[in-house]
Amino acid sequence: MVSGLSSRDSRGRRLPTAVKIVIAGGFGVGKTTMVGTVSETKPLRTEEVLTDEGIGVDDISGVERKKTTTVAMDFGRITMRDEYVLYLFGTPGQERFWFMWDEVALGALGAVVLADTRRLSDCFPSVDYFERRGTPFIVAVNCFEGSQQFDLPEIQMALNLGPNVPVMLCDARSLESCKKVLIDMVLHAMKTRGLAPAPA
Amino acid sequence: MMPPEEPPKERWPEQPRPSWPEQPSHDRFLDDQAGPMVRPYVMTSGRLEPTRGKFDLITLVVAAGPEPDGQLGLGPEHVSIMRLCQQVMSVAELTGHLDLPVATVRVMLGDLLDKGFINMQEPEPEADMHDIRLYKAVIDGLRAL
Ligand SMILES: Nc1nc2c(ncn2[C@@H]2O[C@H](COP(=O)(O)OP(=O)(O)O)[C@@H](O)[C@H]2O)c(=O)[nH]1
Ligand SMILES: [Mg+2]
Repeated sequence: MVSGLSSRDSRGRRLPTAVKIVIAGGFGVGKTTMVGTVSETKPLRTEEVLTDEGIGVDDISGVERKKTTTVAMDFGRITMRDEYVLYLFGTPGQERFWFMWDEVALGALGAVVLADTRRLSDCFPSVDYFERRGTPFIVAVNCFEGSQQFDLPEIQMALNLGPNVPVMLCDARSLESCKKVLIDMVLHAMKTRGLAPAPA
Repeated sequence: MMPPEEPPKERWPEQPRPSWPEQPSHDRFLDDQAGPMVRPYVMTSGRLEPTRGKFDLITLVVAAGPEPDGQLGLGPEHVSIMRLCQQVMSVAELTGHLDLPVATVRVMLGDLLDKGFINMQEPEPEADMHDIRLYKAVIDGLRAL
């Protein structure tokens, strides 16, 4: 919180506080779909550009080359009572986007790692990252048609998850399913942070 | 980079749009990885960091007053931010509406903060993630969807 700066609007009302949840996972796993399913506004896209300066001067043209990486994230918003606004960020799980992950994970309530059983290894970097960083997360297995049916304990083993990391099935296109995933994630985050879970 | 995707269904009201004119495409230096780079650089006079404020993606910003008219050393994009911020809006939403990189928007927000044209609310730092009311509000909000 920044003190000394006004955090009120021009009519003197206090601004709400924003919180965020990260939706991570490999390409095509359903991140954008999940964000769109629960968002109250049309999802927007934000872009971050990383520039590595001083990579060297090109001998021929004399032009300094800069290597840039752009990462785009789709995000949505849900306005909560009690002056909170929840943002959901669909964050691509490739390691080359790590510069973005640190920023998105900082201060996040928690994360949902989406997994597709046809390409389970795509979610390894996300799982590793949140484990290392200590961000509370759950794994939601997005059930695509034609994907092999796995038991949840099998997936738990395949991902080498700790016994306390919840794993559940979901359909990113279904509002009820996404709500359940997100509520379970928030309950898990409370538990992880030593807060009593809210009564159902 | 991924192509822009359409949301599953059109159930959202129209979003406010920035009203500054689109730059003709020949004015843009297009780097196929980074997209248009020169114009954001000009908007910020080459500055990479805001003079004030960190501007997390979910820092909420609101205009301290009505849109200022031109003559205050503000560029058209600063004015667009002021227009969007007549409603409370996150830094991420501003970048989405303006279609500009986050770093560029941050620098311009720093200028506006410096001039007292905007107010803001920073998000909870991670250390403060122990407020049970926050979790209850989020769970109730999700249940009500
Ligand atoms: N069958 C099925 N298809 C899905 C599901 N979630 C997403 N899709 C589809 O999978 C494709 C990729 O989803 P998208 O949300 O763009 O993935 P992203 O790359 O993680 O953002 C889209 O065509 C979606 O319609 C799901 O739960 N079940
Ligand atoms: Mg996507």
